[in-house]
Amino acid sequence: MGEFLRGALAVAAKDIRVEHRSKTGLVSAIAFAALVLVIFNFARDAAAVSREVLAPSVLWITFAFSGVIALNRSFALERENAALDGLLLAPVSRSALFLGKYLANLAFVFTVEAVTLPLFVLFFGVDLGGALIGIGATAVLATTGFVAVGTVFAAMTVRTRFAELMMPLLVLPFMLPPVMWGVQATARLLAGRPLGEIGGWLRILGLYDLVFVTVCLLLFPALMDE
Amino acid sequence: MTSETVGGHKVIRRGLVVTGLGLLGLALVYVLALQFTPVERLQGLPQKIFYVHVPAAWSALLAFSLVGIASILYLWLRDPRLDLFAESAAEAGLVFSLVMLTTGPLWGKPVWGTWWTWDARLTFTLILFFLFLGYRALRGAVSDPGERARFAAVVGIMGLVLVPFVHLTVYLFRTLHPQPIVLKPSEPSLPWEMLRTLFASLAVHTILLTGFVMTRYGLGKRAQLAGGDDAG
Amino acid sequence: MVGPNGAGKSTLLRVVAGLARPSAGTVLIGGVPLVRDPGARRSIGLLSHQSHLYSDLTAIENLAFTARLYGIPDPPAAARAGLRAVGLAERGDEPVRRLSRGMIQRVAIARSLLHSPRLLLLDEPFTGLDPRSSEQVAGLLGREREQGRALVLVSHDVHESWDLATHVHLLVRGIWASSGSREETLDQFLRRYREVLHG
Repeated sequence: MGEFLRGALAVAAKDIRVEHRSKTGLVSAIAFAALVLVIFNFARDAAAVSREVLAPSVLWITFAFSGVIALNRSFALERENAALDGLLLAPVSRSALFLGKYLANLAFVFTVEAVTLPLFVLFFGVDLGGALIGIGATAVLATTGFVAVGTVFAAMTVRTRFAELMMPLLVLPFMLPPVMWGVQATARLLAGRPLGEIGGWLRILGLYDLVFVTVCLLLFPALMDE
Repeated sequence: MTSETVGGHKVIRRGLVVTGLGLLGLALVYVLALQFTPVERLQGLPQKIFYVHVPAAWSALLAFSLVGIASILYLWLRDPRLDLFAESAAEAGLVFSLVMLTTGPLWGKPVWGTWWTWDARLTFTLILFFLFLGYRALRGAVSDPGERARFAAVVGIMGLVLVPFVHLTVYLFRTLHPQPIVLKPSEPSLPWEMLRTLFASLAVHTILLTGFVMTRYGLGKRAQLAGGDDAG
Repeated sequence: MVGPNGAGKSTLLRVVAGLARPSAGTVLIGGVPLVRDPGARRSIGLLSHQSHLYSDLTAIENLAFTARLYGIPDPPAAARAGLRAVGLAERGDEPVRRLSRGMIQRVAIARSLLHSPRLLLLDEPFTGLDPRSSEQVAGLLGREREQGRALVLVSHDVHESWDLATHVHLLVRGIWASSGSREETLDQFLRRYREVLHG
């Protein structure tokens, strides 16, 4: 177990260090999220639909799309110099590799979301009130799930033709449930409902996470075979 | 001709026979539905699309499960025939989900005035359709046969795991956004004649699915042997 | 291991390294079958055409990461020691991107030797190197051989590696054409090589 974690954490730390060195990925993902928010503002007919009504959907669509963008780079960085082979040569299990990639992707996407949320509040004049904790919890739970799926698909599509198209095509159906549940929970929280009322949504989000993180951990080694 | 080639052609022949039977059965179902089944009082003639629409959804879901199960077996046994089977089932499933998604609007417009409703079954099948599409697209994008089989199997399994969550999501969505009052003769309060026709159509669609999968499998096998793939 | 392009030399190395699954047969290392488990990979090092390095990280960071992957204690110290052994200690804190091809090759060698593998697999280690770097690499490998490390060196150019070899194997289109300890001279071997190729 110790070795498993050691390998995973080493990979995660390396990914974060590489990203930290150039920062282009993170900055691009955040800029993308901000642009999506801006487009939503202009894409709205202010007379017909209020910001409050659209807000939860806007937030979650932004999370979903910027999440996909962020996940694309995950294995792209392993292509240069066949670095992935270096990882596969090491006495680290494939599942530990997955865990490391997954943790780094989580850190990345969480960072993007953490910057997106205040921007969202700013652009859409949303009054968070006491909803911040609830929305934060919802976002964490939903992200935990779809990043696992996205990490698997990123590993798969990085060497295919049209990789940037394949990734979203494959991953978006898997984001439907977390996004829908996230929107429902967020809408209630923004309407001032207490945290206790969204317990059901948080529970199914948690179930989704448990199921998919496990399935992804189990299936990832099959991708790395030759 | 090697024994494998002969085998490939045999499967195609058998598959075509089964498909032929299925199509014959489908013709009989049409007759059954149009002549021997009462016309639904409130919806009139268009309601009869139901006898194709619902079984097509059933076949699509069945095909999807076959892909998932074949994928699990493939990762375990690594038999390339399982991969070919999954590929065939996915193609059949794509066809059936398309049938379902086109008959839906054809039924919906005359009866309810809208081309599309986000009802549970349509929405669910739409997502299945996208999963089939993604599966097919991924297969097309990977050139190495072994890699293609492994990647497709992973997608197939993950799709299967997703199905219950999609079902739950669609169900929750529908309870939150109740449909305008429409008549859905899918509930078991159908008179016996309608149920009979529905079951007949379900059986026929299952036969058609089997026929499609077999034929497609045979065609795929023949293509492989003709030198399409170099995998063993 | 010598042979023309397409003979399967690189593929063979990948199979021995555990990166590819053979369609038939087993790999035995020191008589022990290579099982596809993480621990078994500890005894093997691979130097391939690609450096397996992260261009944005420094040489030290790359090697320290490798050390962590292999469970080597005190990764930064191990990294520095590794770089010293290939004569690149002063360039350790620069991003790999800024190093020359020859230097990158040496860092890659350091990476493959960091965990002291019993068996080092080298795929065309001299390709793209200027004569001076080639000499340095040959010297390095010679020293490793002296210290008892087993090397499998794949090359399509016999001249560079002839002196290093104790055994020479000729692989042509996936089949061993000859195999054995190096008893003949280079010229004799080259003559035989040409015969096999045209035969």
